Amino acid sequence: MSPELTVLACVALPLLAPALITALHRWPNPRETATLLTSGCLFLLVYSLHDDVLRGSRPAIDLAEPLPGLKIGFEVEPLGMLFALLASFLWIVTSVYSIGYLRSHHEWRQTSYYSYFAVALGSAMGIAFAGNMFTLFVFYELLTLSTYPLVTHAGDDNAREGGRMYLGYLLGTSIILLLLALVWTWSLTGTLDFRAGGILEGVVTPGVAGILLVLYIFGIGKAAVMPFHLWLPAAMVAPTPVSALLHAVAVVKAGVFTVLKVVIYIFGIDFLANIPVTQWLMYVAAATILLAAIVALRQDNLKLRLAWSTISQLSYIVMCALLVTPLGIVGGGMHIVMHGFAKITLFFCAGAILTATHKTRISELNGIGRHMPWTMAAFTVGALSMIGIPPTAGFISKWYILLGAIETREAVAAGVIIMSTLLNAAYFLPIVYVAFFRTPNDTLESMPGHNTRDTDGEAPPLVVLALTVTAAGTLALFFLPDLPLDLMLQLSGGSP
Amino acid sequence: MLISDLPVLQVVIPLAAAPVCLLLRNPRHAWACALIASWLVLAIALMLVQRVHAVGTLSYAIGAWVAPWGIEYRIDMAGALMVLVVAIIGALVMPFARRSIEHEILEKCTGLFYTCYLLCLCGLLGMVVTGDAFNLFVFLEISSLSSYVLISLGSRRRALTAAYQYLIMGTIGATFILIGVGLLYMMTGTLNMVDLSQRLPEVANTRTIMAAFAFVTVGVSIKLALFPLHQWLPNAYTDAPSVVSAFIAATATKVGVYVLLRFFFTVFGMQFSFDAMHVGEILMLLAVAGILIASLVAVFQDNVKRMLAYSSVAQIGYIILGISMASAAGVSAGMIHLFNHAMIKGALFLAIGCIFLRLGSAELRDMHGLARHMPWTMAAFVAGGLSLIGIPLTSGFISKWYLASAALSGGYWPLVVLILASSLIGLIYMWRVVEVAYFHVPGTMMHKVREAPAVMLIPTWLLIGINLYVGMDASLITDITRQGAEILIGEALQ
Amino acid sequence: MSGLLGLYNYWIVIILMMTGFYAVIARPNLIKQIIGLFIFQTSVFILFISMANIEGGTAPIIKEGIRLYSNPLPHVLILTAIVVSLATTALGLALVVRIKEAYGTINEDNIHVQDEED
Repeated sequence: MSPELTVLACVALPLLAPALITALHRWPNPRETATLLTSGCLFLLVYSLHDDVLRGSRPAIDLAEPLPGLKIGFEVEPLGMLFALLASFLWIVTSVYSIGYLRSHHEWRQTSYYSYFAVALGSAMGIAFAGNMFTLFVFYELLTLSTYPLVTHAGDDNAREGGRMYLGYLLGTSIILLLLALVWTWSLTGTLDFRAGGILEGVVTPGVAGILLVLYIFGIGKAAVMPFHLWLPAAMVAPTPVSALLHAVAVVKAGVFTVLKVVIYIFGIDFLANIPVTQWLMYVAAATILLAAIVALRQDNLKLRLAWSTISQLSYIVMCALLVTPLGIVGGGMHIVMHGFAKITLFFCAGAILTATHKTRISELNGIGRHMPWTMAAFTVGALSMIGIPPTAGFISKWYILLGAIETREAVAAGVIIMSTLLNAAYFLPIVYVAFFRTPNDTLESMPGHNTRDTDGEAPPLVVLALTVTAAGTLALFFLPDLPLDLMLQLSGGSP
Repeated sequence: MLISDLPVLQVVIPLAAAPVCLLLRNPRHAWACALIASWLVLAIALMLVQRVHAVGTLSYAIGAWVAPWGIEYRIDMAGALMVLVVAIIGALVMPFARRSIEHEILEKCTGLFYTCYLLCLCGLLGMVVTGDAFNLFVFLEISSLSSYVLISLGSRRRALTAAYQYLIMGTIGATFILIGVGLLYMMTGTLNMVDLSQRLPEVANTRTIMAAFAFVTVGVSIKLALFPLHQWLPNAYTDAPSVVSAFIAATATKVGVYVLLRFFFTVFGMQFSFDAMHVGEILMLLAVAGILIASLVAVFQDNVKRMLAYSSVAQIGYIILGISMASAAGVSAGMIHLFNHAMIKGALFLAIGCIFLRLGSAELRDMHGLARHMPWTMAAFVAGGLSLIGIPLTSGFISKWYLASAALSGGYWPLVVLILASSLIGLIYMWRVVEVAYFHVPGTMMHKVREAPAVMLIPTWLLIGINLYVGMDASLITDITRQGAEILIGEALQ
Repeated sequence: MSGLLGLYNYWIVIILMMTGFYAVIARPNLIKQIIGLFIFQTSVFILFISMANIEGGTAPIIKEGIRLYSNPLPHVLILTAIVVSLATTALGLALVVRIKEAYGTINEDNIHVQDEED
């Protein structure tokens, strides 16, 4: 298969998978096999492209032209390759996890769950391989819409409220701000193609470019830069594997990925460096890092704490992008991957705890490490990676981010990174501590409905398998960061 | 021979089929007659578009009396687009109508219904193709009178008052147009639009012509339900039979917009309309007010048909907003939205028609958990709703994109923000329905509810299909509207 | 003198038009509204017909020796408009009959009250 067709297949395969999944509605095992097969094939397809991309080829294909000059087209470049690899790999793991999780919870509407999940992944692929900003926007909106039924999966009032916030924030920012930025860019430049060095330089004054940058950064609501971040905690009503998808695989990563794309290919980092607004926006991102971390510190609900931690970590990537230096871009790209692996591990653990013990609060987790050693070990790996302690993946990306901050002599950025590292430690380490070193609460033992499995057991094997894989990945990426690093270095064209 | 008669055939076929429907006692036969007539009209419309595309503006002299003495039928690209809109909707609601009408209208009235429907179709098509100002008034009244009857056939007694209210306002509007045409004739001695446009500049600065302009503008604005002259519309759309709501919502107001375009650009000329009479500023103000106020009112409606009706008032605001910019880009954007909105609203009202067939109600409170029982209908409703909001890959996005870029190139900054932000209000009111249908627990009455029959679902989904197709590849429609707008603006510049 | 009163036909038109318009807007009785609408339309017919008149002109029939006659076209137009107006009035009255059957009243205010109660 030619690389061009492979690109098309990568987007089409998950978008077509729901047909198969729905057809197998009555037979759960074949249905889940269909999901696993699709995700496995997708990863292989994406991986088969990666050699070409590393060798410098850029497979591209155009599909349609809804408006004259605005194409739906795909082009693979290193950053998109990285995102696609991450998303497609984590989809396999998440599918495994979902099967274990949904079956043990006896969730309803499992068929539509897997269908929308596949569509969401297809949209993420579309975002990753988008050849121009218009295509990216199309799939960005499709991703929002396809994840809405997942977020509201529970179907109760809470889910509806959360879904409202989710849709309102994401569609609101994208239609008012991002679409405005797109129309404006289009009317100024006559193109929305991604070009190395950007399309705006020489066309607009720094003042207009500044306004555009503000529209882009805040318009990409999925990047959750304050003040457009509240949808993320609201979306925590979703089932845990969906939260994992939102946080680690598709949605928020699509947001920061889009920010990086815009910075690199629409503005161009050389052009951005001369715009004063860039620095101000970087401070907004820096403030988001600290504020969200402080809020996370005060959350007792484990998933909510993870959500606020995500807001904080996303702004790392936005800040990296706005440092407008090649090293910062490398750091941002690496952080997409590293944070993805670590955060998905943490969410998997939170879900595993919920499945095994029906606990959602951190204050209830005393001594849980003795019952669920695998899960809590994985949690510890994830937590260490979030803090950035070797030998975990988080160290690598933080290293590049710091290098970027130092290179640009941004004392504020460097200071924020150090501060937030401390805050990360402050909100993650206590969980690890209580889980392993506190004695279990008596009340929990005597809770009605607890069978023996709960007290001595891990979550279902598929759940544990999934979280072990991602935790192992988090460790492995510390020792073997070559794949993502090579891609990012090729993008920035420099050496570390 | 036959090819050159296409413009008139288009009007004559429904006109001739109408009495036949009346004579056919059997409702099935009357329906078949109306169906064949409306499909013939669609076939002719497609041929017309193709011919206009190939040879340019068509002109046809009725009874071989040459213009300006005889009545001229004239179809340019803008007219061809309108003919297409009316014909598509007309042809697609007919297969839908049989089941829906059996359910909503007394059997003895069925023949009358199809008669009035065909007369309405004839009137609307006639308004588009005619090149004669007085003939336009006649066709306007044919379509209006028949639509009053159609609306009054609604199952609730409110339909009668709604039709009555529409009759009063519509007649005042039509009489205003008549006054305007009379004043024009007084000053120029001609009724042919092209002839008028050539003679008007000599007398343009007289008060009579200004009065004529004002009368015509207000009269047509009533027909197209421009805010704040829209009061008849919500009641009429809410209480009319479902098929009628879909048909009228998708066509009648759109033809009104087209008539406005004809008068502004062809008859009076852009210079007079926009530079001398400043109608652009007035329309823009009213359009903005209409978009905001009607959208907000729509949010608070508990009847879904009424909600869609207010949404129509807002969407007409978008179309007028495009026209008020008085640039080729703006007019073309307005026409794109005219086409797209006709398809969107047609589809949404048909979906509501499916729901009405099964529920006997269009109230939001009766729709709890409906999506589980009528998944295809609700999916069509959601797809139409997304298009209304302007999500990419739907036709609504294309309109929004063109409107926003037209506003940008005209330097109307606040308008760009308004266009984008108001689509979010659309999100709010459409999502109220989605939440009720998808998240609420179905009531006990709901168990009997089944999916709508295929004959009703297929037309609905065909309209949705047109929406999605335009969203994927708008080149055809943008091509037509660009040519149409260039002809309108070009005529004005000559 | 001839400026204002010389155009007396327009004054008649305006007076009739406003009379009709007033009835349509201000009268709660539906029948009276229809009558008002009819007067309103009639005023326009007079406008058309009076403008067709040419001083000294005769009826537009071609005959030896007569060179000056009124413009026939407005008459023809108004013939059509009268038909339309008759149809409108008939339809309006038919609606009023149906409203009377359905609501038991032809007073607009009472109808509104009943609609509110629904």
